[in-house]
Amino acid sequence: MLETLIKYAPLLLQGVLLTLELVAASAIGGFILGVLLALAFYSPRWGVRRFVEMYVWFFRGTPLLVQLFLIYYGLAQFDWLKQSFLWRGFLDNPYWCAILALSLNTAAYVAEILRGAIRTVPAGEIDAGKSLGMSRHLRMRRIILPTALRLSVPGLSNEAIILVKASALASTVTLMELTGVIKTLIARTYQPLEYYFLAAFLYVVINSLIVRGFKLIERRWPHRYA
Amino acid sequence: MQAFFDYIPFVVKGLWITVLLALASGAGMLLVGMLLATVGRARSRKLKQFVSWYTSFFRSVPELIVILLLYFGGSLLIRDVYLFFGSTEPPVISPFIAGVAALSLCYGAFASETLRGAFAGISDGDKDAGKALGMSRSLRLRRIVWPQVWRLALPGLGNLFLVLLKDTALVSVISLNELMRQTQIVVSLTQLPFTCYLVAAGLYLALTSLTGAGLRHIERRALRGYA
Repeated sequence: MLETLIKYAPLLLQGVLLTLELVAASAIGGFILGVLLALAFYSPRWGVRRFVEMYVWFFRGTPLLVQLFLIYYGLAQFDWLKQSFLWRGFLDNPYWCAILALSLNTAAYVAEILRGAIRTVPAGEIDAGKSLGMSRHLRMRRIILPTALRLSVPGLSNEAIILVKASALASTVTLMELTGVIKTLIARTYQPLEYYFLAAFLYVVINSLIVRGFKLIERRWPHRYA
Repeated sequence: MQAFFDYIPFVVKGLWITVLLALASGAGMLLVGMLLATVGRARSRKLKQFVSWYTSFFRSVPELIVILLLYFGGSLLIRDVYLFFGSTEPPVISPFIAGVAALSLCYGAFASETLRGAFAGISDGDKDAGKALGMSRSLRLRRIVWPQVWRLALPGLGNLFLVLLKDTALVSVISLNELMRQTQIVVSLTQLPFTCYLVAAGLYLALTSLTGAGLRHIERRALRGYA
């Protein structure tokens, strides 16, 4: 096993790097979209709030695998989409489809975490902003969002781990990330037990590094309501 | 489109297997969770260490890997054992069993954490009252501790079950003909990927929404007289 392992080390490294790339891109995309959705949930417009509710309901209520297949395999059903500029290099590419599906999915969970955190921001702080004559938007930007973001760090840390695990699904749309590479190695060596355990070990390493990173953020960014 | 409707019984069969898979894995999750929670409360430090390793391992490893590991790795292991004892025709693991085992092991880790939290929420006074009545340790556990643990752990376990329900779709990768796998087959027959996957999404949505409503109903019943 050791000899083959050394031989395939570069391939494995590429797999790990692609996993990290997918996770990083989807974390950024999912976070930005999640913040926007959480803000939209507090919109004065009924239609906007309703949209956010439906979005979260759909993405939390269906398996990620279905969402991924809807995007990667499903969209090819529409000829007008295949003619459009979005098709070549973006929607026909498993890499971007995986990032899109993971981002859309993560955004729903991030929005839920933030929505919960926004509710727990002390009312006195918001009143203080009001009494200073701050506008709705200014209060959101200066008071509510910073506090809510700090409060949601532990929840976001959990979400990051779930995202790493979810990125393994990218192997089902032909991407050669960690799981995809492992499957290839098993097809070559026919040692499923050893290589799946190796994959499990590498995922544990990735996740423990991420947990450590979030602990660092929590320590560096003290908050007042602990 | 007409062709699409012809496949409805086919998809319904998949839906049924998904429901069975989720129920079996849910029961397995509770079993593994209860076992780990009990072992984790033992006095032995080694056992505690084992439970803590187990939970952190399954928290970090993708469910997909565990499913593949148990199915392909498990088949190979069983074959080796059979060949070792001289049997020529080793049995094959059914994807249903492998899927139930994998999901139970993964979600059992999370369930044990939820149960451990619930254990911590039971007042010492209740346990002391049992002691004062001369109840044995196991009787106290059965009559005083566990009934209350269920009530406290119910919301957490319900959420876990909802996540598990969605993860049953992953068992399609080892060709168990549950909802996702059946949908993939219909896609290959009709060439209507978006329509088919959207129908599957709708069915999953119906399953999770109904289960969620059912769980809320049970929670309300369990909490009557308390909250």
